[in-house]
Amino acid sequence: MNTQEKETDFEVRSLDTMCLNESNLSHPWWYNFKYLAVGIVFGVVFVKAEIISWFRIQEMFRLQSFHMYGVIGTAVVVGAISVFLIKKCKVKTIHGEEITFSDKKFNMGQIYGGLLFGFGWAITGACPGPLFAQLGTGVLAISVVILSSIAGTWVYGKFRDQLPH
Amino acid sequence: METITQPWPWYVAGALIGLIVPALLILGNKHFGISANLRHMCAACIPSNIPFFKYDWKKESWNLFFIGGIFIGGFIAAQFLRSDAPIIIHPDLAKELAGYGITDLSGMVPVQLFELHDVFTLRGFIMMVGGGFLVGFGTRYAGGCTSGHAIMGLSNLQWPSLVATICFMVGGFVMVNFILPYILAL
Repeated sequence: MNTQEKETDFEVRSLDTMCLNESNLSHPWWYNFKYLAVGIVFGVVFVKAEIISWFRIQEMFRLQSFHMYGVIGTAVVVGAISVFLIKKCKVKTIHGEEITFSDKKFNMGQIYGGLLFGFGWAITGACPGPLFAQLGTGVLAISVVILSSIAGTWVYGKFRDQLPH
Repeated sequence: METITQPWPWYVAGALIGLIVPALLILGNKHFGISANLRHMCAACIPSNIPFFKYDWKKESWNLFFIGGIFIGGFIAAQFLRSDAPIIIHPDLAKELAGYGITDLSGMVPVQLFELHDVFTLRGFIMMVGGGFLVGFGTRYAGGCTSGHAIMGLSNLQWPSLVATICFMVGGFVMVNFILPYILAL
C-alpha cells in the first residue's frame, strides 16, 4: 500500500465514524467480548424500551408520541455530559490509553444521505442497531432488510466517486 | 422482576443508551457507531476490489462483536424478559393502519408487513428490500446513523452531525406523512 492510498483511507475513516485511533497495544481477540457485553445491554434496552418497535417510529414521525424524542434526547444529554467529563478530567481507558476525539467534516453527503436514510428509517421502522435486535427477537423477515442494507452500502461504495459530496 | 419485564420508560432507556458512549470510550477508546458494520461486512465478504472496501476490517472487529451483542440482547429480552401486556399504540395510528389492513398490532414489527413471503408482493418488496437498501445506502452516504451522528456526534458537539440528524428527521417526516401512505395502500 503506498502513502497516497493510506491518506485516502484516513479521510474515508474520518467521514465514516470509524476509529481513527490505532491502538499501540495489541490485545488477544477475546478482549472484544467486552464490547459484546455492552452490546447485550444495548440490545435488551432496545427491546424493553420498545425502541425497535415499528409502531413507535411511526408515532415519532407523526408526532403522536414523545417516547422516541425522550429516549434520543436523554441519550444525547447523558452522552454529552460524559464526553465533557472525559475531556475535562482527561480520563484514560482501562488499559491506560488516552481517549481521543476527532472532528467530523461537513460534506453534502450528510444532507443527501441523511434524507435517504430518513426515508429508509421511516419505512423499515428501524435504524441499523435495532435491525440486529429485531432479528434477535426472532423476526426472520428482518434478515431480508439487513441483507438489503448491506447491498445498499455496497452500491454506495461502488458509486461513491460519482456521487455529489 | 416485574419492573424489568414492564416496558421501560424513555428516561431509563435514554440514560442507559447515553452511558454506552463513555462505556465504549473507557473500555477501549471506541466511538459509538453501528452503521459502519455494514461496511465492514462488505469489506469482509464482498470487497470486489472497490477502494472503499479495501481496508483492514479486522481492526474494526470490536464493532462486529458489539452488534453481535445487540443481537443476543434482543434474543434474551424476547425470550426471558417478555411482558404479556399488549403494546399501547396511539389510537389514531391504529385507526390509520387498520385502513391499510394492518390490524395485528402485537409484537415489535407488524407481522402483516414483515413476513418472509411478503417479499414477493410489491408492498413487501418496497418495505423490506427498498427500505433496507435506503438504510444501508443513506447511512454510509451520510457517514453515520442515529448512533454515530445523532448520539455520538451530537454528544461531541459536532455540527455536521446536527445537520445529518436534522436530515434524518426531515426524511422520516416526509416519508411517513407523504409517501408511505401510498406504499401501505398497495
